[in-house]
Amino acid sequence: MSMPSTFQKPPRWIPVLAWVIAILIFFPIFWMALTSFKTETEAISTPPSLFFVPTMENYTDVIDRSNYARFVWNSIAVSFGSTLLALAFAIPAAYAMAFFPTKRTPSTLLWMLSTKMMPPVGVLIPMYLLFKTLGLLDTVTGLLIIYTLINLPIVVWMLYTYFKDVPGEILEAGRVDGANPMQELFLLLLPLAVPGIASTGLLSVILSWNEAFWSLNLTSSQGAPLTAFIASFSSPQGLFWAKLSAASLMAIAPILVVGWMSQRQLVSGLTFGAVK
Amino acid sequence: MTTLAPAPSAALPAKTNREVDTRPLLWPSVIVLFLWMIVPLAMTLYFSVIRYNLLNPALTGFAGLENYSFLFDDPTLWTSLWNTLVLVGSVLIITVVFGTLFAVLYNQEFPGRNIARLLVIAPFFVMPTVSALVWKNMMMHPVYGLIASLQSMVGLTPTDWFTDYPMFSVIVIVAWQWVPFAFLILLTAIQSLDSEQKEAARIDGAGPLAMFFYITLPHLSRAISVVIMIETIFLLTIFAEIYVTTSGGPGTATTNLAWLIYSVGLLQFDVGYASAGGIIAVILANVVAFFLVRTVSRNLQQG
Repeated sequence: MSMPSTFQKPPRWIPVLAWVIAILIFFPIFWMALTSFKTETEAISTPPSLFFVPTMENYTDVIDRSNYARFVWNSIAVSFGSTLLALAFAIPAAYAMAFFPTKRTPSTLLWMLSTKMMPPVGVLIPMYLLFKTLGLLDTVTGLLIIYTLINLPIVVWMLYTYFKDVPGEILEAGRVDGANPMQELFLLLLPLAVPGIASTGLLSVILSWNEAFWSLNLTSSQGAPLTAFIASFSSPQGLFWAKLSAASLMAIAPILVVGWMSQRQLVSGLTFGAVK
Repeated sequence: MTTLAPAPSAALPAKTNREVDTRPLLWPSVIVLFLWMIVPLAMTLYFSVIRYNLLNPALTGFAGLENYSFLFDDPTLWTSLWNTLVLVGSVLIITVVFGTLFAVLYNQEFPGRNIARLLVIAPFFVMPTVSALVWKNMMMHPVYGLIASLQSMVGLTPTDWFTDYPMFSVIVIVAWQWVPFAFLILLTAIQSLDSEQKEAARIDGAGPLAMFFYITLPHLSRAISVVIMIETIFLLTIFAEIYVTTSGGPGTATTNLAWLIYSVGLLQFDVGYASAGGIIAVILANVVAFFLVRTVSRNLQQG
């Protein structure tokens, strides 16, 4: 027990085990990527073909044939649109609560969090009927409104925790110089909080991009984002696995990259600051 | 910058420790969230006590607790509650156990550790409809799936996963998506473990198992409880994975509460009945939410 060097080296099987597990977990994504470069026949051949001439045919097919651009655009519009809208609501609110807390601030924050606990299926029926009445079914606008509302609590929370970390003295100095709260917010706080706002926005974009309860229930074609478009491949007529793979890979790749880059910030956002 | 709207009460005495009215900044968020919380819920509650079927407009009027008593007499409700429990429970156990083990494993130093970690968290960023279809088609398909190929290669009869083991198959898909979540949270938590404390325990002769149970696990306990509660809220209403794979079947084998409400409300158009189911879901989620909010609020007070 006295030799320090003995407990520094982990056993040799650790790297092996860790890599085997990592590859196994990632394998379905890898396999999907591989399938996207096969022909439809190769995609369903048994035993699976490992050696094949890669083709870009599926990608061109998907892009040409299925109004793919519209679904991509819908996904971009709802996720970025709802994120911007949520930020517009949340930045002033988080600013007010972080820098001018009252005794009601903690309970306001918790109440906002609690709206996130509402199971979507509990309000599915009224939302569907409401959307039907208002003509919002199968529209980007309708989905955008819903996503703004479901992400707003998380966005407020994350911004609140970031704003709390901004040193108060800087704002104090501005205040002494006669800045009013609006100037303080826009000219002093926002430039300082850009990294925090960016990672909050990223989390909101990721969550909206992958949201698949409301998109499946409230949209079908015109307003459908990629989640709903991919689901249309589940119908049993025909096996278009190679095309499904190509469409899927294009749908998940950007978010996967963004997620990988911002994993650290996501943790505090996903746990409402409970784990940092 | 004088064109910027001044805050109502603070425009003049701006220099001193002012009393600012920040309510206009807060209210827009509070109002929209309040409406979002109250309006649909009130509608669900209202629909749940009236007779309302889109296929039968003649059926109207106050129903009292009729929808609820129909619901409670319907064996499908109890099946769906049981299925919800099985799905949530299994996925929770799998994700917490593997999430914890993986956090310990990938906290070790080894070559390419960062890349291996990225591979493990990847499934969390895959949209649910893609995850479900990849598993349904390319992995678990009884004829063309990779598992079926492997099985026939070694001379076994390929398994028809979604017919013979429907709930198990759904659990596999959902767990594949959520193990990375638990892993990501717990890995972050484990990294804040004080290395001096670990060092001290090692010098005192603690083996790897003792280290895990007496140092690591207690340190992770709060993060684990956060993982459990957040996952529970999402898992209670798993929908997309069932929508693209089993459609609640075969029979009602994978009908959870979310699927039941969807099929009664949007496939059979019985609004009253589905709304009663919605209220049950809200009550269930609130029980869980109560504990989550309590944990987070304790955290808030600690600063």
